[in-house]
Amino acid sequence: MSALKAPPAAAWWSSVVRAREAGIVLALVALVAYTAVSNPRFLSGQSVRDILLGTSILAVLAVGQAVVVITRNIDLSVGSVLGLSAFTVGSVVQDNPGLPVVVALLAGVGIGVVCGTLNALLVRYGQVPALVVTLGTLYAFRGVTYLTAGGQQITADELPRAFLGFADASVLGVPWLVVIAVAVTVAVGVLLRNYRLGRELYAMGSSPEAAALVGIKVGRNTLVAFAISGAAAGLAGVLFAVRFGTIDAAAGTGYELNVVAAAVVGGVAVFGGSGTVWGAALGALLLTVIGSSLTVLDIDQFWQQAIVGALILLAIAIDRLVALRTARALRKGGPHVQ
Amino acid sequence: MSSDRLRRISWWDVAIIAITLVVLLVAAGAVDNFGSSRNFGFLVLDLLPIALIALPMTFVVITGEIDLSVASTLGLTSAVLGSLWNQGLPMETIVPLCVLLGAVLGAVNGLFVTVFKLPSLAVTIGTLALFRGLAFVVLGDSAVADFPAAFTSWVTGGVGGGPIPNALVLLVVLAAVAGLVLHATPVGRAVFATGANEQAARFSGIRVDKLKFWLFVSSGAVAGLAGVLWTLRYSSARADNGVGLELAVVAAVLLGGVSIFGGKGALPGVLAGVVLLATLQNALRLEDVTNESLNIVTGVLLIVSVLLPNLGRSLRATLRRRRLRAARHT
Amino acid sequence: MSRTLSSRAVVVAAAATMAVVLTACGGTTKGSDTGPAAPGGSAAAADPDAPLQEGVKMAFLPKQLNNPYSDIEVGGGEAALKELKGEYKLVGPNDASASSQVSYINTLIQQQQDVIAVAANDPNAVCPSLNQARAAGIKVVSFDSDSAKECRDAFVNQATTEGIGQALVELAKEAAGGSGEIAILSATPNATNQNAWIEVVKSELAKPENSGLKLVKTAYGNDDDQKSFQETQGLLQSFPNLKAIVSPTTVGIAAAARYISSSNYQGKVAVTGLGTPNAMREYVKNGTAAKFALWNPADIGYLAAYAGVALKSGQITGQQGEKFTAGKLGEYTIGADGEIVLGPPTVFDASNIDQFDF
Repeated sequence: MSALKAPPAAAWWSSVVRAREAGIVLALVALVAYTAVSNPRFLSGQSVRDILLGTSILAVLAVGQAVVVITRNIDLSVGSVLGLSAFTVGSVVQDNPGLPVVVALLAGVGIGVVCGTLNALLVRYGQVPALVVTLGTLYAFRGVTYLTAGGQQITADELPRAFLGFADASVLGVPWLVVIAVAVTVAVGVLLRNYRLGRELYAMGSSPEAAALVGIKVGRNTLVAFAISGAAAGLAGVLFAVRFGTIDAAAGTGYELNVVAAAVVGGVAVFGGSGTVWGAALGALLLTVIGSSLTVLDIDQFWQQAIVGALILLAIAIDRLVALRTARALRKGGPHVQ
Repeated sequence: MSSDRLRRISWWDVAIIAITLVVLLVAAGAVDNFGSSRNFGFLVLDLLPIALIALPMTFVVITGEIDLSVASTLGLTSAVLGSLWNQGLPMETIVPLCVLLGAVLGAVNGLFVTVFKLPSLAVTIGTLALFRGLAFVVLGDSAVADFPAAFTSWVTGGVGGGPIPNALVLLVVLAAVAGLVLHATPVGRAVFATGANEQAARFSGIRVDKLKFWLFVSSGAVAGLAGVLWTLRYSSARADNGVGLELAVVAAVLLGGVSIFGGKGALPGVLAGVVLLATLQNALRLEDVTNESLNIVTGVLLIVSVLLPNLGRSLRATLRRRRLRAARHT
Repeated sequence: MSRTLSSRAVVVAAAATMAVVLTACGGTTKGSDTGPAAPGGSAAAADPDAPLQEGVKMAFLPKQLNNPYSDIEVGGGEAALKELKGEYKLVGPNDASASSQVSYINTLIQQQQDVIAVAANDPNAVCPSLNQARAAGIKVVSFDSDSAKECRDAFVNQATTEGIGQALVELAKEAAGGSGEIAILSATPNATNQNAWIEVVKSELAKPENSGLKLVKTAYGNDDDQKSFQETQGLLQSFPNLKAIVSPTTVGIAAAARYISSSNYQGKVAVTGLGTPNAMREYVKNGTAAKFALWNPADIGYLAAYAGVALKSGQITGQQGEKFTAGKLGEYTIGADGEIVLGPPTVFDASNIDQFDF
């Protein structure tokens, strides 16, 4: 014990894996520093607030997505669930101006849970792959939203002050939207890390067959995972309505790509079993900061999407490399690793 | 061998082809103006890009992979086509260059999947964003429109000025080639074997990685070709051409009975799936059904196409078990 | 065996693809071809005394559905067709894309409409289909956003391009307090209207009397509320000395005004441009946007409907100098290139905004 030896390769690599989030933080710091040097207004209160508000919606979605992806599934319907929730809650609030914001938020969560459960039932009991189911519901939920909206748009002046004011309101200087996003991340993070259910979700993602063999209730857990993702998307819909004030049936179209990107960039492995919600939330922050600094640095907005794409490729390539090295080191080090 | 081939054409293929024929007949009979030759031309032009891209996509999905970057490849090709045209290159050079560009983009996907061993779902979501982003970098938000009439009218015109669209001939030729390769050559057998059990395929001497690499290349090349046709049809090269088309292609392929897990599927079913979706859209639009209902129909069809065979299989399994039990009791 | 075959077959397939593509030879480059020719179209001369037909089937195809501005426009068309005893129909995509508009034009051809009124998402992409429609005897009126002029019979323009550009500069000058940095928040970068107006704005700014105004950037919100909102954020961060944001689009101006109202830039940066009174009422009253302008969108649809029915009835053919009467709006004369100009825009401010409801 007293001998000062270099840590075994495996331990070193697994600490790198754990430090996956640290890598994103590093990238974030570098990006923010560079942008702030060339334009100090990037760090002004208003700008930081805008970035955090922008992140909060994407982060909530990415956290929900992380849970599903960890179980080796995917939820492509989140953008459509967001739209459905935003429009439905928006019109309810429009008709009932006195409704407390909490009720609106819960209504959004409720809509999301229903959508998520429907996805899960089809995945679990229809034996239809999650990719197919959620691709289908991506179309279907969006269609339902267009049908109910019937071409209307809800504009900011039709929504009650109290509802829109929620976007500007803050606790101890921190906007409510950000508080909610952090609370969601922490709650889901703790659930995954410290509770039996959370560990089971990882086990299902690592090996669905083995998970079933050791008696994990795969069906129930799939249901929970999709319900969480749906709930997050529903909640994000209300946050969207509050933040932007103008809602039509197209709200959140194409969001699924950004959400999956945030999770993947944040280190959630597409084939399940690894990654954290912290990483997913950081991924969301990174993507938002990239978008914002491009504008501030006056770089063509057109580069943004290309950079996001390159980042996804980079992230999965790094994860793959790390996994390979870890596996090799484990094989070599074998039982010596504590 | 032939019974082997027959087994691959499952009852779902037969069902989807039958359903498509019924829908076509009903539409022709019940929807005003559906059966006209001009509408036939519109229908073909609408389904052309989806059908073209669906051909290599069928191969890719049967090997157990997926290529979500096709619509972005189409967009990038369209943007590059416009930009090269603006720089004064002749169209005869641009068109093959664009198909080649598509092939190179496909090779990028192929490299990531076969050399770096990354999941194609993640890779092609990445390149979906990357290629589309590059398309905007190339052409920005401007549009190029002054393409030569000889080319644009070839895409929209008919054979010898008749009612059979030129584009249909192209599609039929490519579909025939793809169908032959998939269902009557060793390549096709290798594709099915890889999708059914990749390990076993490797052990039996199939060079799985090489196969997959070339499939991604051809997927890119065909998407590039579709980009050229798209641009000429609308006489408009834009970076946002074909946004979201990948979902329509995947929907058609799955609807056509190809298993998302690989190993199962047939081209006739896929083509029927493409035609079915396009016919429903065309006919419902003629009946003034709104876009939004079309979305719901597409989504539900997609899920049902996988759900129904699954339910059928488990139902049959239950029946067989019950029969066995009954037999044991007597 | 199978492996050599596999790659070879793929190569062969690729080669076949190329062969099919490489049909033509020679060298067709930009400029060696003049583009699609317009169909003969209006062979018959206009008969100014022809009665307006009843029962004309006219379909409106706006840039997209779910857009409050288009809703008002086509609403005007519906009202006019009711007066004219025609059949009104509204179709359109949800995504403001040219390719979906093409599918709708094709459907309208099949449904044998008499007149199509279209606000083009891409002036050229809709062209071949519109010409097919005209070849099938359908009259085509573009409104709000023109298609290429050889693909339609007439174009209902909200105001002259110069008129709008000059009005925007006047508004900007006033909003910026006479001089300072201004930025434009436009719709999509290839929006026909906005680009034409911005060109006029730029040439106006080059004049000595406007030398105090400096246009620092043109940002694009794509007529998407959220994107416009974020672009406004970006403008304010990048240009600390910005005095005014000019948004020549109803979506952009409302989003910019909303962002500024809810940020600490309120009172420092003014918003102006083209907007609808209902969407802007709040911001006029809280001082974020003291003045802005617009024509009545309903009148555009109304005028397009009258022009369409007059075309169908043979009263006009789209030639310069022809005259027709558009119901309550009075008499209009067709200008160069088949353009029909609605009239000068109305300027709204706190004193008159409550008299308008659209």
